[in-house]
Formats: sequence, structure tokens, C-alpha cells
Amino acid sequence: MQLYYIDNTRYWLSALSLLLLASNKAFYNKTNLADNLHITSYSTINNNTVYSNGDAVFENSGVDTGAFLLAAYQFLEIKYPKFYKMDGLSKLGLLASEVLLKDHSVGEQYRENEVGIVLTNANASLDADIKYFEGAKTVASPALFVYTLPNIVIGEISIKNKFKGENAFFVFEQFDAAFVHRYVSYLLNNNILQACICGWVDLLQDDYKAVLYLVEKNEHKTSIPFTADNMNNIYLFNKI
Amino acid sequence: MNNVFVVADNITSPVGNTAAENFGQLVKGNSGVKQHHDGAKSASPFYASLFAADQFIANDIYTKFEQLLIASVTDALKNCDINAADPKTVLIVSTTKGNISMLETAGDDPDLKERIALHTSAKLLAENFGFVNQPLIVSHACISGLVAMITGLRLLQTGQYENAVVVGADVITRFVLSGFQSFQAISSAPCKPFDATRDGINLGEGAATVILSANPKYANHIKLVGGSISNDANHISGPSKTGEELFFAIDAALKSAGIKPEEIDFISAHGTATAYNDEMEAKAINLAGMQQIPINSLKGYYGHTLGASGLIEAIIAINSLEQNTIIPTKGFHELGVTQPINVAAQLIETPLTSCLKTASGFGGCNAAIVLTK
Repeated sequence: MQLYYIDNTRYWLSALSLLLLASNKAFYNKTNLADNLHITSYSTINNNTVYSNGDAVFENSGVDTGAFLLAAYQFLEIKYPKFYKMDGLSKLGLLASEVLLKDHSVGEQYRENEVGIVLTNANASLDADIKYFEGAKTVASPALFVYTLPNIVIGEISIKNKFKGENAFFVFEQFDAAFVHRYVSYLLNNNILQACICGWVDLLQDDYKAVLYLVEKNEHKTSIPFTADNMNNIYLFNKI
Repeated sequence: MNNVFVVADNITSPVGNTAAENFGQLVKGNSGVKQHHDGAKSASPFYASLFAADQFIANDIYTKFEQLLIASVTDALKNCDINAADPKTVLIVSTTKGNISMLETAGDDPDLKERIALHTSAKLLAENFGFVNQPLIVSHACISGLVAMITGLRLLQTGQYENAVVVGADVITRFVLSGFQSFQAISSAPCKPFDATRDGINLGEGAATVILSANPKYANHIKLVGGSISNDANHISGPSKTGEELFFAIDAALKSAGIKPEEIDFISAHGTATAYNDEMEAKAINLAGMQQIPINSLKGYYGHTLGASGLIEAIIAINSLEQNTIIPTKGFHELGVTQPINVAAQLIETPLTSCLKTASGFGGCNAAIVLTK
């Protein structure tokens, strides 16, 4: 009897702890708002190829970065003359954002200050810095100088799409998905933004890579969960 | 969310080497801005606030930029019991141009790309003090300092870290000066923020540090209670025509702080003394209904210190709250913006409990933070 009692207690205790675990899990899912954020679309521009949601949509090998970006601009039929006066970093970021937003008109869905941009890279604006510096040996150009700040690419994407929400530019030696995930989750979970373009846009001479994510609170048919792991897989392997 | 307190601060500038020294000089009306004849930086004489040639000279390990960061963080850490090596402490670095002078001095070095990178400087700084977490680097034009503070605020509010050492610095080189000269943005005299005869900026060098903590034991310190960032989506080198977007940032910062516009005792503006910036700010202040509140710009003392400016000016605002003293706008005589604002022209001694600090920059960016007692 005594033995039975103990065993019984043990049974109920373990059942109770299982129940607690299950309800904790439900509670966690309900309250961890980061679970309710979604990657609506993603884009990559690297190695003379433009990818949309993991699929190559344009390739133009054997040309330099400038010629490739121009060819991609023409292929994507963006028709935005301001593109021509931009520096390489802004061109790269703008093209990646156009691919990202192609089937997602976030500008129409949300108020202008509900959409923001958080970008990161390793070389800040060094590509534009070198071009301005070389030019300034003869005459300093304001048109080049304005691009000697990495956040100008954010300004260009904002102007094109009339996005007026939170924006920030961080420099990392390597892409830090965990930080970007945390920072963007804060902005969406606290209702500072409803949608955010985030990711990596880096360009220095012929080395370049852009990987952007459109993150929303709203879920779409093709949405994937907004997690640091998914961001990393997309960054590294172009798929989740 | 956790409350965030300002535990310690430092300003390292041509005006002084501690926050107290800087505040004391500003109370006396002393400025770091003077005329320089330096052919290495500019063919023509120019007004700027610069360190003496024998200060913060680059050595084999650290550049001038990095020495400024180190000097500022060293003094701030000295004044508190926050431990850099604590895993709960994060380092956040703010700058616009960092080591850009290396293009002039080390242009042929094959390792230039690596050495000039901002993450290299941040790593050297972190190693010097023993920070264990990866440092964060903000490079977001002239709002960098405020973005760095807002980032620190958010990381501490959510418990990601307990303490944040937020440091910013910029050095004035030929690169930077020639760029602003090419924009015709440099005044030929000491700058005059919000004045009818203002005609451009002065540049300045400096570094500044604020140490933030969510530890309730600092509850009697000044609090950083809110912050927000916005974009004009209008022009990459000119401010908004309406001021609406800076107003968005002000409004969101106040709301995140739970403070009404009329509860703010003074505003520390960006006030660069260019025609367009000051006009835009006046419009934004009016949209916020804050035109009666005393407002100052500190550019007449420091010039525009770029990635350090948000931090330097926020620290003077913190000291203003502590000392119940609003610093006057040096260079201002007669209101020269189309919207009425209450520019502080004289030193004001009055009880102060809360302050709004704003900044705007290239790329159409705006930021605002709220500080309270």
C-alpha cells in the first residue's frame, strides 16, 4: 500500500510536470511575440547573380560590378533615373530592395512611418570614400561626398518607397543575424514598425554582397518564420 | 521594461577633458571654435574646434580616432563601478568617418581595408578595456551618437545586457573638411545657430561616453526614458521641407517615454547653423507644439562633431538637468527662422526635470531622445 502510494504520487507528479511543461510551451508561444513575426520575402545579390526568394532571376557573369549592377537595373525594369547618380553601395541596396518588394507593396499596406530599414555591413562606405578621396585630389565633388556615409543607401531606399519609419546602420565584421533579429523584433513587437527591410549590404570594389529580408507582423501564404537561423541559412545558402 | 540610468559620462574635446570641465567652460561662455591656418587640411583658413597638434598623436597601435575613444571611455569608467569585463556589459561605438585619415597617410598599405574598418577600431577598443561581448558599431551620419544611445537603451530595457558603454568620436581631416567645403556648407566665421545671419557650420573634433545601466541601484541618476528615429524620405543631402519627419521622431520619443510635450523643460537641438537645417528644426518644434520651450544649440562651442555630436550634446543636457542650468546658444543674436522658437540666448538657471535632445543628418535621418531626473 505504502509502495503503491509512493508510485502513485510519482505518477501524478510526473503527469503534472508534463502538463506544466505543455502549458508553459503554450504560454511561451503565445507571449513570445518574436514567434509571430514573418519573413515575407528575401533577396540576394552576389557573384553577378540576382536571387529572389532563393531562385536565380538574373545572371550576367564576366562583367565588373558596375556593369553588372547596371545590367540588373535594366533587367528589373525599375525606371528610376536617380539610380544612375548613386554610388555602388546604394545601387546594390536599391536593387536588392526592389527584388524584395516586387510582389509586396508594403508602401500601400502601411502608413509611411510604419515601414523602416535596418542595414549592416563590414566596409561602411569605404568604396565611396576611396572614390571621393581620389577625385578630391583635383576637385572635391559634393555629389560623391554625400555617399561617404553608409546610411545613404537607407536614405535612397526610403526616398524611392516613401518609407519614413525607424532606420539604423550598424557595422559588423561579419553578418550578425542574431543582433539584427533582436533589433528588428524590438521594433515590430513594440509597434514602432509594422514592416522592416533588414539585412546586409556590403560593397568594396569588386567584392559585394546584399542579402535583404522583408519582415512583417502580417503573415502571407509564402511567409517563413522570422528567426536568426532562417536569416543565417538564407545569408549562407540562399535557402532555409 | 527596465528603467535605464546614466551612470557616468565623459566629454573629451578641445574645450576640456571631462564632462564637468566641459560644462564649466560652457557656463563661462568659452568655445573651442577658432580660426585655423592649416594647409594640410585646407588651402584657405577655416573656423573649427580642433585638438592641438600635439594631442592624441597616432602611435604604432592606436590612431588618433582610437586614442580619443580610449581617453573618453577611460575617464567615464573611472567615475563609476561598472566593469567593462562583465558579461552583462556591452560596448557601443558611434562614428561617421572613424579612421578615414588613413586614406591620406596609409593609402598604399595592402592591409588598409582591414585596418581602416570600423570593426577593427572597435575590436582594439574592446581588447584594451577587456570587454567580452562583441562591440556594436553605429555609423549613421550625424545622428550616430543618438542612435547608439537608443540602441543601448533598447538592449538594456529588454534585459539583453545590464550595462552599456556608449562612446562616439570623430576627427576632422582634409577628407571631411573638403567635403563640407564642396557643399558650400562651411561658415567663414564662428557659426550662428538659428540666427538671422547664419551662413553655415563649423566642424569640430571630440569624443564622448555615456555609461548606461538598468541596475536599480542607480535609480537616483538621470534616466534615459525614450528615443526614436525617423527618415525624411525626401533628399539625401537636404533636410525635409516640412519638418514633419523630425516631428515624427520627437512625438514617438515622447510617447515612448510617457511624457507630454509641455512637460519638457528644455530642448537641446541639432542647430548646425545652416539655413535649411535650422529652418526645418523650427518647423518640427512648432508641429510638436514646443515653440515656447527654451531651446539651445551647442555648435557654437564645439562645432559639428559629427558622430560624437549627439553624445557630447546629450551629456551637456544631462549636466544641465543636474545643475539646473540651460547653456545659452553661442552665436545667436536675432531669430532667423520663419517659425517662432524660444532660443536660449542667455544662461538660464531654473529647476529642470526633463529634456528633449534631437539630431538630424545626411540620408534624411532624424533622431530624438528624452532624458529626465
